[in-house]
Amino acid sequence: MDLAFSPEETKFRGEIRAWIRDNLPAGWGTPAFKEPKTFDERLVFSRAWEKQLADAGWAGISWPKEYGGRGATLMEQIIFHEEMAAARAPQIFINFVGINLAGPTMMAHGSEEQKKRYLPKILDMSEVWCQGFSEPNAGSDLANVQTKAVLDGDHFIVNGQKIWTSFAHVADWCLLLCRTDSTVAKHKGLSYLLVDMHSEGIEPRPLKQITGDAEFDEVFFTDVRVPRAQLLGEINMGWTYANTTLANERGPAFLAHQIRFRNSLQDMFATAKRTIRDGVPVSEHPAFRERLAKAYAEVEIMRYIGYRMVTSILRNGRPGTEGSVAKLYWSEMVRRFQETSIAIAGLGGVLDEEDGIDDGKWNRGFSMSFAQTIAAGSSEIQKNIISERVLGMPRGEVWSPKPKEKV
Amino acid sequence: MDFDFSADQYGLRDEARRFLEKQSPMGYVREFLDDPSGWSRDLWKQMSELGWPALAFPEEYGGLGQGFLDLVLLLGELGRALAPVPFLSSVAMCGQIILAHGSEEQRARYLPGIASGDRIAAMALAEQPQGFGGGPIDMKPVRDGDSWRISGEKKYVLDAPAADMFVVAACTGDSNSWFVVEEGARVTPHTTYDPTRPIGTVTFENAPAEQLDAPSLHPGLQFATAALCAEMIGTAQRTLDMTVDYSKQREQFGRPIGSFQAIKHKCAEMATELEAARSAAFYACWAVATGAEDAALSTHIAKSYCSDQLAHLAGEGVQAHGGIAFTWEHDMHLYLKRAKTQQVLLGDGAFHRELIARIVGL
Repeated sequence: MDLAFSPEETKFRGEIRAWIRDNLPAGWGTPAFKEPKTFDERLVFSRAWEKQLADAGWAGISWPKEYGGRGATLMEQIIFHEEMAAARAPQIFINFVGINLAGPTMMAHGSEEQKKRYLPKILDMSEVWCQGFSEPNAGSDLANVQTKAVLDGDHFIVNGQKIWTSFAHVADWCLLLCRTDSTVAKHKGLSYLLVDMHSEGIEPRPLKQITGDAEFDEVFFTDVRVPRAQLLGEINMGWTYANTTLANERGPAFLAHQIRFRNSLQDMFATAKRTIRDGVPVSEHPAFRERLAKAYAEVEIMRYIGYRMVTSILRNGRPGTEGSVAKLYWSEMVRRFQETSIAIAGLGGVLDEEDGIDDGKWNRGFSMSFAQTIAAGSSEIQKNIISERVLGMPRGEVWSPKPKEKV
Repeated sequence: MDFDFSADQYGLRDEARRFLEKQSPMGYVREFLDDPSGWSRDLWKQMSELGWPALAFPEEYGGLGQGFLDLVLLLGELGRALAPVPFLSSVAMCGQIILAHGSEEQRARYLPGIASGDRIAAMALAEQPQGFGGGPIDMKPVRDGDSWRISGEKKYVLDAPAADMFVVAACTGDSNSWFVVEEGARVTPHTTYDPTRPIGTVTFENAPAEQLDAPSLHPGLQFATAALCAEMIGTAQRTLDMTVDYSKQREQFGRPIGSFQAIKHKCAEMATELEAARSAAFYACWAVATGAEDAALSTHIAKSYCSDQLAHLAGEGVQAHGGIAFTWEHDMHLYLKRAKTQQVLLGDGAFHRELIARIVGL
């Protein structure tokens, strides 16, 4: 057991820290700096910031060198994310899908031509990607995807609807999960297509979300013609590909999340100390001290879980049990955390934006916390996965309607 | 970065599990339930022959030269088996306190007996049901030439009925420190909620007391707390294992109850609590063993989380079993009672959270 960083790793940390110091937008992180809030503001801001990262070679830090990435070791990725989080640097936004989902999926399953064509343009930010997974009737039951791709000569004809598609209205390309065979078991007839979002017949409609912003869209596909060469990997292998995603990406990202929460925790403590209740700061009320200390403990434990996950990946090439429970642990933790913050804000949380406490930050955080326990596999789905795959408990019976009585 | 145990450490864990399954199955543990002073001298002797008590002490004190981290998984196995031996108290708590606080001469005097298993020490800390270790302790030793004498009562002393020496927290001036008492102590055993665990009140009557060299309760108390958390992980793991196994076998409505999401989700939540608790306990053990900057904080984090979450886990285990766990014959109640006792030993969740609040500047 050894939690120390090597001299090389420490040197790397100095390098990234210096770059962040020299490149963060002036005034970033200070109260005077107006951070972009609406989707459109964030879009403009993140295009500039992520381009800056890309030009300095930090965008594809986890990507292998042969694909133009930095080929960083796991520990270097962790250090990079830790330093970015510690500096409260803006999180990757517009290029998230390209760098973390579309790119790595293509590296694993794409043809050489596809890799050559698409990967460099993800890295240099000249093309933005979205991911077409969820549908109105394929949420937790993702394998129930109904968007159809039917072969017609050299083209697939795509019809259907996607939902919760982040960045769809600004994306150039879509990694689309669609049904290519309706005659087999539902998870055996799915394929990945690389779809040009500028094609005729694609209509993204922004979805206004709980915070009032529109970060994602519904996307309608009507007779969209996609060249056959845009199939990723083999036909009807989409479910397998979707499930071989990037467990290894989770270790570094998880630890970075942890540091972001540590930052939020400090902000929450600061608010608790200056918010007065019954004549004394909220932070001195036993009931609140208890919740604040609990939040602190839970955020720290996230770091310990992250260390265990990273160790499993380094030792065995994949996360162990701690990796399976990590998402459930931290997403439920975020919900409690935000409950506590908004409780501290008290009536200050009744008002919003500039009129509210801390510029409405805790209100937004509270609303957004539901995304953690719903998106990317809801807590209920996580519990199914943990009970079946980790604990080996039996799969439940499938519900079926009672047979209709004969009239 | 390597935040996990070595192959050798896992090897010892496996060996310990095999040994305890054979030598201390639940039927054997149950032989000691009715005696408030009950513990297994025979099992203790066998463990001592295997060298377990000696493991984590330096060779010059009769030890095998390993460290505190080598005890962590072993403590878990003892907690898993509810083994009726005073290992946690004597070896992991008192032994580590003496190692951390004792002078060269004091270590040489006390540790060989603990390492060989010939002597058994118990840690005497609490005087009231709530809130020890935070402020000055009531017990005040008086000067006796170069040494000290102690009078008064220590309560809730784990393994006191098995002990022939005590490591006592007491206060001189306004600072707390550890004392070793070898004679002049009287033990009153109590009926305990967890019948696998003997607890006594220790009455000192002008007992000669040797003050350990480093005058503070820390880091000794941190070792004790981390060790207790390590034991708790094993107890909780067995509780979860029993619950999952039972839910796969027990059928209602024509199918195993473990196929119902009501039970599956409960077990998944238990597994998640346990993994988080395990991470916290292991981190605290690492931090204490290496003297890390956040050693104190990490023990409060670990104990607060383990206390509440693992007691909750035990309750959920009983609930998932249903009526069978309500019987004396079934072992679940012993795991529940162990968890409830562990929850409050060395401070409950709220106690440790208040200490977290102070350390982080709230």
